[in-house]
Amino acid sequence: MYVAVKGGEAAIANAHRLLAARRRGDANVPGLTLEQIAGQLSLAVDRVMGEGSLYDPELAALAVKQARGDLIEAVFLLRAYRTTLPRFGHSLPMDTGRMLVERRISAIYKDLPGGQLLGPTFDYTHRLLDPALAGDAPVDAPETGEDSNERVMRVSDILGDEGLIEDDPVTDASRPVADITRTPTEYPMGRDARLQTLARGDEGFLLALAYSTQRGYARSHPFVGEIRIGEVDVDVMIPELGFTVVIGRVKLTECQMVNQFQGSAKVPPQFTRGYGLVFGQAERKAMAMSLCDRALRASELGEDIVAPAQDEEFVLSHCDNVQATGFVEHLKLPHYVDFQAELDLVRRMRAEHFANAARAEDEASATDANREAAE
Amino acid sequence: MALAGNELDGTTDDATVREVARRQRLLSVLARAPGNELLKCWKQTGLDPEVELLRGPESGLVALQGRAGGTGQPFHVGEVSATRVTVRIGSGQVGHAMISGRDTRKAQLVAVIDALAQDPAHADLVEREIVAPLEQLGDEADAKVRRETAATRVNFFTMVRGED
Repeated sequence: MYVAVKGGEAAIANAHRLLAARRRGDANVPGLTLEQIAGQLSLAVDRVMGEGSLYDPELAALAVKQARGDLIEAVFLLRAYRTTLPRFGHSLPMDTGRMLVERRISAIYKDLPGGQLLGPTFDYTHRLLDPALAGDAPVDAPETGEDSNERVMRVSDILGDEGLIEDDPVTDASRPVADITRTPTEYPMGRDARLQTLARGDEGFLLALAYSTQRGYARSHPFVGEIRIGEVDVDVMIPELGFTVVIGRVKLTECQMVNQFQGSAKVPPQFTRGYGLVFGQAERKAMAMSLCDRALRASELGEDIVAPAQDEEFVLSHCDNVQATGFVEHLKLPHYVDFQAELDLVRRMRAEHFANAARAEDEASATDANREAAE
Repeated sequence: MALAGNELDGTTDDATVREVARRQRLLSVLARAPGNELLKCWKQTGLDPEVELLRGPESGLVALQGRAGGTGQPFHVGEVSATRVTVRIGSGQVGHAMISGRDTRKAQLVAVIDALAQDPAHADLVEREIVAPLEQLGDEADAKVRRETAATRVNFFTMVRGED
């Protein structure tokens, strides 16, 4: 027999109405506009776009607003939205070498073509709360300098020219690019599927794993070869036209991690690479991604797999926060029938336990009685 | 911007190559231009062609690819929202547009301008009043970013301590 339990419609409707009012907060305070969120909480918006895997600052701002600032909920909203849209096609691979650079730093070369460009960074701030920001005091316009017109050369190209770092070649141009949103996951994953998974992975999870590699769990002696942030053109081939056009620009953060040597009888020792590429200004995520990418190359590079960060299936099947939150949070949904069965089971087990205990006691006392009688 | 390889092999002449380059530039400049600036330029031309929608405007996604290590094997970074539309104007030219984002009005305007620019009667006006000013605006915005970034460039210097 199956008995469906119904009810709660009114409670749910009222809960959502209450949610809407709580989301809005004090009605005497002006509501947030999407421009304010996209403009002034832009790194939250960037994170939602990256992990939501959809570049659209206005929609991400809406998601942040609707989720009351709960970024994983916002990511969930964006992911759900993208499933409703058709896909027109794909871009040409974006050329980060031609980025309109807003920030570019290298931890391995002091003087390099294009220079060390700090850009809008939290680095070197004192992390002291600024009471002035509680108000809306005007800020100074940014200082400007002379644009050197120098090409911001990739650090990996500088190292690559001497053969000091492994190549990252196009291994097979004819192979279709993996897409984890279209094909079921299979392990071992190709590096393309892995990078896609990491690019939309949870920042906190990947950060913790990256940290674990630094603390000795899959040590790779990393250096930040280069971090660059800025806008890149999106070129798309338009079939009706027969040529490519730029459909717009996206802001990206790229991290090239340079790691300790690899060599063999055939190949001389050289630095190895880990790569991170993330939507928006998301330096911490891009760095974590590049460290995880490098750790996950263990089997490719013939390293022993000894740490969680090197375990492909562990890392890649748990880094998606929408999947993770879905499974963890489903536990709070009604499990009344499941639990009833468990209750029944545990009651029976307890009854058996007590029955056995009682029998054992009876037998023990009977033995004692016999022994006493014998004495 | 890469040209489609086989479209432009030896069989096509210089005029076609030039026409493709012109259209590529127009569509790219307009796609990158802010919607309000595009509308401002459009209004200044006073053009008002008859427009028939052949397809769309349609909202969708474009998968964005990057390359492992910046130069290696392609992979998907995520998707970007996009809008596309195809129009035919009164004089018969067909215009296409695909822009990132969800501004259907802007997409439609880009397609109309693309069609008008194929009409010799309007090509110069479109170039002078819309494409050139918007391209300049984009270049100026980029130059501003570069100058602001340049001010944050680190100039290292060495401190010499002690006598010789």
